[in-house]
Order: sequence, then C-alpha cells, then structure tokens
Amino acid sequence: MGRKLLLEHINVPGINTFDVYRSKGGYASVEKALKMAPNDIVEEVKKSGLRGRGGAGFPTGMKWSFLAKPEGVARYLVCNADESEPGTFKDRYLMTYIPHLLIEGMIVSSFALGANTSYIYVRGEMMPQIRILEKAIAEAKNKGFLGKNILGSGYDLELYVQPGGGAYICGEETALLESLEGKRGNPRIKPPFPAIAGLYGCPTVVNNVESIAAVVPIINEGGEEYAKLGIGRSTGTKLISAGGNVKKPGVYEIDLGLPVEEFLYSDEYCGGIANGKRLKAVVAGGSSVPILPANLFLKTANGEARLMSYESLADGGFVSGTMLGSGGFIAYDEDQCIVRNTWNFTRFYHHESCGQCSPCREGTGWMEKVLHRLEYGHGKMSDMDLLVDVSKKIEGNTICPLGDAAAWPVASAIRHFRDEFEWHVTNPGEATKRNFGLAHYADPLPKVETKVA
Amino acid sequence: MSDKFKVTIDGIPVEVDPGTTILNAARQIGGDIVPPAMCYYSKLQGSGGKCRTCLVKVSKGSEKDPRPMPKLVASCRTTVMDGMEVQNITSPEVIEARKGVVEMLLINHPLDCPICDQAGECDLQNLGFEHGAAKTRYEFDRRTFHKIDIGDKIQLHMTRCILCYRCVFTADQITDHRIHGILNRGDHSEISTYIQAAVDNDFSGNVIDVCPVGALTDKTFRFRNRVWFTKPVEAHRDCDHPGCNGKVTLWYKGEDVLRVTARKDVYGEVEEFICNTCRFDKKKTSDWVIEGPRKVSNQSVISANHYETMHPLPVVKTNPVLQEANKEQFERETRL
Repeated sequence: MGRKLLLEHINVPGINTFDVYRSKGGYASVEKALKMAPNDIVEEVKKSGLRGRGGAGFPTGMKWSFLAKPEGVARYLVCNADESEPGTFKDRYLMTYIPHLLIEGMIVSSFALGANTSYIYVRGEMMPQIRILEKAIAEAKNKGFLGKNILGSGYDLELYVQPGGGAYICGEETALLESLEGKRGNPRIKPPFPAIAGLYGCPTVVNNVESIAAVVPIINEGGEEYAKLGIGRSTGTKLISAGGNVKKPGVYEIDLGLPVEEFLYSDEYCGGIANGKRLKAVVAGGSSVPILPANLFLKTANGEARLMSYESLADGGFVSGTMLGSGGFIAYDEDQCIVRNTWNFTRFYHHESCGQCSPCREGTGWMEKVLHRLEYGHGKMSDMDLLVDVSKKIEGNTICPLGDAAAWPVASAIRHFRDEFEWHVTNPGEATKRNFGLAHYADPLPKVETKVA
Repeated sequence: MSDKFKVTIDGIPVEVDPGTTILNAARQIGGDIVPPAMCYYSKLQGSGGKCRTCLVKVSKGSEKDPRPMPKLVASCRTTVMDGMEVQNITSPEVIEARKGVVEMLLINHPLDCPICDQAGECDLQNLGFEHGAAKTRYEFDRRTFHKIDIGDKIQLHMTRCILCYRCVFTADQITDHRIHGILNRGDHSEISTYIQAAVDNDFSGNVIDVCPVGALTDKTFRFRNRVWFTKPVEAHRDCDHPGCNGKVTLWYKGEDVLRVTARKDVYGEVEEFICNTCRFDKKKTSDWVIEGPRKVSNQSVISANHYETMHPLPVVKTNPVLQEANKEQFERETRL
C-alpha cells in the first residue's frame, strides 16, 4: 500500500469545499511558502526530483529555474489543464474532486516564480470542472488566499480559469499560449522557449495540473522527503488513469516504481483483466506512447520485471519499450483488435492535427486512410511497410510533438503485431465481420529471446 | 571581425552576423547548398518553419557546445551559433526527410501543372522535380475545393494550396487589414475569407506574388499565356501611391503587356511590394519607362525563350537597351 500524497483525503465528504479542505490541513503549504524565499521553493522542488506529469517527464524544478527574470516584465504561470489525450483522465478527476489542491499548488508555484497573474487553461469540454474551479477560486479569494496581499504577506495573485476552444493541440504548451492570447491554437516554432518569451511575449512557465498539485506535498514535507518515494530518477507518486478491459477502471495514485504486474492484477488497483480474459496488449501512458504486447510489457526484453517508472517503462527504447507519458493506462484483453485500435488512434490524430506543418497535416490523414483500408478488408501486404515509412517521415520532422505522437502508435503496433495486420489482408472477409484478435500475444515470451541491440 | 559567427555549411565556411538564420547563411554562400524554402519569406516577419522542406542537420551545435542537435531543424528559423557545422545536401538523412516532405506536399496537390498558370515559375514544381519521386504511393482521392474569387482581380484555387501562410503574413504586414485567414484545422484547413468577402485594398495583389504555388492567381492574367512564352522586362513608373515605388517587371507577349509583377530575386522573393494600380491597371507600354531586360536564371524555363530572334518585339525595336540585350541573347543562342 503506497502512501497517498495527492488523493489522501479524496474520500472525505465535502473535500471540494474550502472549509473541509482547510480542516484537513489544506493551504498549510501556502502559509509555509509565503514565509520562504521564492528561490528556496524552487530549490525545494528541484531537490524533490519532481518530473513533469504531463507526458514528457521534464524535471519541473529545472524548468522553473530556466525562467528568465528581466526587470519590469511580468511573469506568468499557466496551468495546462487541457487534458485530452485518449486514455488519460487524471487531471479531470483531480479538478472535479479536490479542486483546492490545484489552487493551493498554483498559489505556491506562482509565488515561487514571482507571477502575479496566473491562468488555468481548462479544456473547453470540461465545463463542469471549470465551474468547480471558479467556485473554489471564489472561496479561496473570500478567505484571503487569493487577490491582493495574501495573508498579509504583501504578495498579490490573481488566478483566472480560461476555457479552451476544444482542440487537442492546445495542450501543447506554445499552442496553449497562443490560444490563451486569443489566437488560433497553432504551436509556435521554438526557440524562443516560453521560459524566455511565452504568454504575451513575457517569460512563462507552463505546468501540468498534477505537477502543480504535487508541489503542495513537496512544500509541506520538504523536497528530500518527497524524493524518498519512488525509484531512481522517478520520484514521488503518480496518478494513473486505468482504463480498457480491467476489472476496476479508475484513477489510482501509485508510488513510482510499483511493478506493473502488481498494478494490473492486485485488487488494490486494477484488479486484473475483466471477464477472466487474458491480457493482450497495453498502452502504458496515453494514446501517443508505443503500444506493447503483454509479454514485453510485464517483463523487459532482458527478463526483468517492468516497473511503473519513467526509466523502466522506457527500457529497451522504442524497440521493446514504451513511455510513462501522461499516465493513461489502457489494457486490452485477448479479444481486442489492434488494427482497429491503431486506426482509431490515428483517426484521432488526423482530426486533431493543426495543419500548420506539412508532414503532420498530410501524413496523419494518409496513415488514417491506409489503416481504414486495412481494417475494412481492402488492405494490401505492402501497406504495412508504407505505414512504417510514412510514420518515419513524420516522426521528428514536425514543429511540435503531435507528429511524433501520431507516428509512434502506428510504428509500434506494426512492429509488435505485424501478423495481425497481415491477417487482416489475407482474411478480409473475416476481418470485417468480427472484432478479431490474435490471442497468442498473451502467452509468455518464448525461452529463446531475440537479443535487442 | 570577432563579432561575426563562423558557420560551416556542407563544408563551406562563411562568416555571418549573429542572429542570422542557417538558411540566410546558406544563401550568402549560394548555389546547390541552399535549402529549398516553400513557406519562408525574408520580407515577411514570422514566416517560415511550417513547410519543413528546409530541414537540415546540425552536426555540431557551436564552438562552446559541440553536441549535434538531436533532430533535424528548420533552417529558416534556426539562428546560427559560432562554430556551427551544418549538413544539408551532404547528409543522407536530410535528403531522405526532404523527400518525405515533398511527397507529403504533393499527395494532396492536384498536379495540374499543364493547366496551371504558375507552371514554369512554381516553387513546388521545382521542388518536386528535384526531390520528388516519379510515382506517388498515395492511392486515395485528393482533397479538392471550389475555386473562389477573393477580390475582383484575385482568384483562389485552394486545391493547389500548400498552406505556407505567406499570404496571411502579407495581408497582416503589407496591407492595412487582413480579412482572409486559415479556417478549420488539419488537412481540412483552407485559406478563405470566411463569408466570401472580397479582399479589397491597395496592396492585396501582392498575395499573388508571394504564393509559391498556383493557388492565388491574377485574374487579369489567368489562362492568357504560359510564362515561358512571355518576356520579362524591367520597368518603372512614377506611382503616386505612397507605399509603392513603381518598380516592376513587365511580361510581354508580342507588343502587349500581359501582366505586371513585382521584381523577384533568385529565391522567388519580391524585391519590393507594388500596389494594385501598377499591377492590374497599367498594362500599356506607354505607362512605363523601360529599363532593360529582366535577368532570369539560365536554369529557369522562362529564360528558354527569352527574346525572339527572327522577329523582335515591337518594344525591342524601339528601345536601344533591349536591342543590345537581344543581340547578346541571339549570339548566345546561336553559338552552338
């Protein structure tokens, strides 16, 4: 049983109101932080080893220390709550049930960065969460935790909630800033990075909801204490939103370094695969990370047990590994069709590509059409190589990571499940009639392993 | 000269000012090592970075930090560092990526060059000729749109557009207000004026010049002639528009001026933007003062039929400068 840091009081009735949250020790970190020097808070976060929870896993403390601090120029903190990755719903959960945790984190982080205006950019579809946050902000303001001269410390902070326009791409930090400025949400070309010129041309830090929420326990308990949780460079706890064919889907807070087998099969977490079926494949961190077959997911290519951590999941690179990403854990049982799933993901990326740079704009549509053809029984044997080639042409050649995110699931699905794609070509009639899955991916790896270079 | 940065592009060293982009450094060297650019336009701020044809490999970041950059970078938007080493045509990785980008640009392009007015001076045509594959691997219907008139002299044929955003930047920066832009997203994106409003201001015609493909065309020139049958002549007039200096290229066929454009350099970029009066309304030789022939690269199809030899144009007969140029051209053509 891991320690809960973020969701400790999640089951307390009324925790979404200020009074109950305060009585459970809420906003203590604000009181503590306002007495500290802003730089000490940044140091504390650096010591904690907290890594960005939005997907890339970039160290948060490092990001904060990159923030340019020119005289007389405003600085901004923007919370990225534009959670739209298929399979990920941890931020929505956090904002719905314990909104004050985010606001507390925003106050502490804004103070650390010297921002007097901060924004929470919430995905437009999450209207209920926007209302919840606005209500929570009003409560906090009423009690003197927001607004002018917070708790008599002389520090001012205005916190605004901005609904997004409904585009996945606005979760990319520079596209988010464009959208927040009221423009079309096209990612900017970097450099300059937001830490130098972000919102309205001012230095800006953009952090995920969970990263900001995690600042609260870091300040309360100290960075070193936080760093004791987790394993290696993956410190602390992480919210995982488990979905797919598991017995108990939902949001779980885990210590990083938990064995994936325990996460998947123990009753405390997912409780195993639903309906007594076998695990076939897993997407470990939201739709954009490479998909892995069960045998490679539970054990790395070297035969070690895989852990839920940034490093262990990435073990084996893209050949036999995946990524922790944003924590959208999707499990597939033996009856699920990987071709259909890949097509579905690609359809999403095709729909969400902003259309700014050519490889992503044209390539995602192309991949979607080819996969659609495969799934509906009109595929050719050459299509697999074509897809791999197109995905290679997109990957790394685009302005923002959406191109990579669109390319990885396709490339990995073909790498690991090629015979299922081929089966769709050789048995088009059957492939269109039923949702097909080759079950042998659920078997353990054969004894003679191919050595991965 | 310590304030200059030394950059090596494909093994050729060059010294440039700090803040120069890799693409502009390469243009200072010139020749084959210049990366192609479909969306970058040196006269338009903020342009570039979108088409990804100018991708290059930075094999050495700088003197201080010699690590190579992990990904290919867009040379039009990446500034040079001192001691940077860049590989363009010497890197197979870059050639491969560029081929991929060209393929992506062409999969939804109608390839209607035989009936396109831009043919002969089209950046995408040149790019496809150099880097494209002879056959497409794309087996689906191409994206199509209806032609729309944006303004009484400009026609937009969205099917050909590669979404370089140049015309959007032009309208933002050259004209006093922009009423066209990008609608929708992904591969449904289109340039449009939204409610079919007419683009109407004194500099709107410049969007035709900046368009790298045949998406925006001059309605006064559409289907009149192929560009390689016309002869470019430099001319100027005393334009009373404050923002326009009246320096243009006239494109002659016989004794008629078929179209007027701004003067374009070797990279297809205009030297100075011109007003709509010069572009659309002044189509008589008597409106202009002829300066001489417009030099066009020998590589260009336009230079193939630059000056007729047997029957010089009426405009050539009366103008000594053009007569001289005609003689040179004639000698060069008949030497073999």
